[in-house]
Amino acid sequence: MFENLSGKFQDVLKKLRGHGRITEGNVEGALNEVRLALLEADVNYKVVKEFVAAVREKALGAEVLASLSPDQHFVKIVHDEMTRMMGSTAQELNLARKPPVPVMLVGLQGSGKTTTCGKLALQLQKMKRRPYLVPADVYRPAAIEQLKVLGRQLEIPVFDSRSDADPVAICREAIRYAELNGYDTVLLDTAGRLHIDAPLMEELARIKAATDPGDILLVADAMTGQDAVNVAKAFHEKLHLTGVVLTKMDGDARGGAALSIRAVTGAPVKFVGTGEKAEALEPFHPDRMASRILGMGDILTFVEKAQEQVDEKQAKELERKLRKAEFTLEDFRDQLLRLRKMGSMEEILGMIPGLGGKMKELKGAAPDEAELKKVVAIIDSMTAQERRNAKVLNGSRRKRIAAGSGTTVQDVNRLMKNFQQAEEMIKRMSKGGKRGMGRNLPFFR
Amino acid sequence: MTEPGDAPRGAFFSRLKAGLSKTRELLFMNVGAIARGIGPVDAGVLSDLEEALILADAGAELSHEYVESLRAAWRRGELPDVDSLRARLRAMVVETLAPRMVPLRISPPYPFVVLVVGVNGVGKTTTIGKVAGWLRSEGHTVLVAAADTFRAAAIEQLAVWAERAGADIVRHKVGADSSAVAFDAVRAAEARGTHVVLVDTAGRLHTKSHLMEEVRKVVRVLGKEMPGAPHEVLLVLDATGGRNAIAQAKTFQEFTGVTGLALTKLDGTAKGGVVLSVTREVGAPIRFIGVGEKAEDLRPFDAQAFAEALF
Ligand SMILES: Nc1nc2c(ncn2[C@@H]2O[C@H](COP(=O)(O)OP(=O)(O)OP(=O)(O)O)[C@@H](O)[C@H]2O)c(=O)[nH]1
Ligand SMILES: [Mg+2]
Repeated sequence: MFENLSGKFQDVLKKLRGHGRITEGNVEGALNEVRLALLEADVNYKVVKEFVAAVREKALGAEVLASLSPDQHFVKIVHDEMTRMMGSTAQELNLARKPPVPVMLVGLQGSGKTTTCGKLALQLQKMKRRPYLVPADVYRPAAIEQLKVLGRQLEIPVFDSRSDADPVAICREAIRYAELNGYDTVLLDTAGRLHIDAPLMEELARIKAATDPGDILLVADAMTGQDAVNVAKAFHEKLHLTGVVLTKMDGDARGGAALSIRAVTGAPVKFVGTGEKAEALEPFHPDRMASRILGMGDILTFVEKAQEQVDEKQAKELERKLRKAEFTLEDFRDQLLRLRKMGSMEEILGMIPGLGGKMKELKGAAPDEAELKKVVAIIDSMTAQERRNAKVLNGSRRKRIAAGSGTTVQDVNRLMKNFQQAEEMIKRMSKGGKRGMGRNLPFFR
Repeated sequence: MTEPGDAPRGAFFSRLKAGLSKTRELLFMNVGAIARGIGPVDAGVLSDLEEALILADAGAELSHEYVESLRAAWRRGELPDVDSLRARLRAMVVETLAPRMVPLRISPPYPFVVLVVGVNGVGKTTTIGKVAGWLRSEGHTVLVAAADTFRAAAIEQLAVWAERAGADIVRHKVGADSSAVAFDAVRAAEARGTHVVLVDTAGRLHTKSHLMEEVRKVVRVLGKEMPGAPHEVLLVLDATGGRNAIAQAKTFQEFTGVTGLALTKLDGTAKGGVVLSVTREVGAPIRFIGVGEKAEDLRPFDAQAFAEALF
């Protein structure tokens, strides 16, 4: 399905390329492909309509940038508009107030609230806060036990809720207990419920009134379909959400619900869940989400740009080196420079298909824009031998290189760490075979 | 043999209808007079219909297909009013889904082994609890296998359901090999002469190949212990979910084989229209639908009711 769309989209874009500029006559085909792709990504029908209308208007009204062909320009408008709609920056929890700060997690059954509670607690602990877990799902069998087990595993204290108690009373009491015991953030794990279940929705409103939470987070499954808008609207109207957590992003759902929920509530996505382990919670990046929802458009630009920048022979040579694990600092520098020509690192990483959970690893391995110059200067200051065999780089050599490149020893150390990570990753990728991501990286092909 | 939920059928219909009525509203939202059955069908009605289908998660492609075929019939003059249009669309849905209305039949040789699979949080454990309750009421003996050894308190959750249903349970420690649990369960059922074994597995995203291999192994181990087992691989799908269900169905089909589907959470406002696409990809019938969190909230799938409640 996805491949089909992508292929069709490519054709439509090709047609656009033949024209001098974007006109009403030539843009409709491309807009229709965007529409279909978004619907297949589970973006709500009405949100898609609004989105396509906005893109049409921008595309027709825009001055075509001299540096871009109409098709590139079109893709850029689509991507920019999507990013804008997703909200532009990553947002954190509202913790800046007198502790203990309650954080309420709400959502449909099976969306991932309890797991998310554990993940948030772990992150808060890493931020040197003192989280407290509160099971307030007295309905689902063993739901209380589930959070208690998580708490035990993570060594985070859990309120001793009883399944015959009233959830409102549980939350109120837990907060009092947290205050007495110096816990500063109280995570309230509420029962999953349908947005049309009036008594249970009322229960949430009562918990809110009793606890005055700093955040009320809607936990939503990335696989949610068209109904996401109804769900989000109902929870928002009842509780006024402050944020959204999008779970199960480690799957292959494109996550169009994120856009729908954002459009309906205006509440920012604050985190995404990317796995079953407690560590698998990441801050939300609107631009990456935009790329994911769009899927194809971005892959296309990436492929195009990669084709421009990498010539066949270089790619073959690199592949040979990777196979033999001869990847050196010199190659590392060349790769970085080549990548640099293709756009910002963030952009490029976001464009690589199938990257998913690997994103974090890659991000650590790749220097940011400002650092790139430094990296190149450092590698340039090494001797040929050092570049070929990084193992010889002892303390005094590192000092010399830092002085030579106008950087610090810390900079050199950081680079070495990044290089090591890149090396490891490449080794893994070249072993990965068909399922590995190596195949997906045009510049490693 | 009676079907699950036979008694409160009237209540079920009204409940399913209440859930699905939102779609019906949407369907005819913009066509006030026509909806009352007086006006003629026009192009606007057809595109409203397409919108409603998409909003029910039927997917852009399939919705377009349906509406194009309605449009053709309309041009031929076969659909003079909204009533006839509604009837035709209903007939099309029924035509697609009626062949999938094959209830689960428990038959010897016992134990009849049912493996329940699906992505995280779709309702596997709850469905097992409900199915166990139904089978017990039919006079079958039931044993559930706690082969989700991964998720926190998953075993305890299943144990509660087993107790409610009056079913036996075979459980190992947290972190144990899930195939070993499944194996022991079948052994125990053979020894005790139990009729049905229901194996609960951990939720897993279909994209994680090592987890898919793990569940494939459960299938293999079951088959080794008892030729022909598992007799049913029931894939649970969440009606709230969107187009991803298609990928889920395809991948589980590839790894475990899928002989039956259960569609849960139809008591919300989600329509589960994605089953229309899923049944195109996977030949398995829809055995059950879930319409709530209680033991009795299980129904056999009924294409006519599904379509009727929708339109
Ligand atoms: N409203 C409604 N809720 C349901 C239905 N079926 C299951 N649920 C709820 O959905 C949630 C998840 O159900 P589980 O049975 O734990 O799902 P699971 O697939 O076993 O989950 P994991 O084992 O964690 O992957 C629970 O809160 C259930 O009560 C249904 O038909 N309707
Ligand atoms: Mg379960």
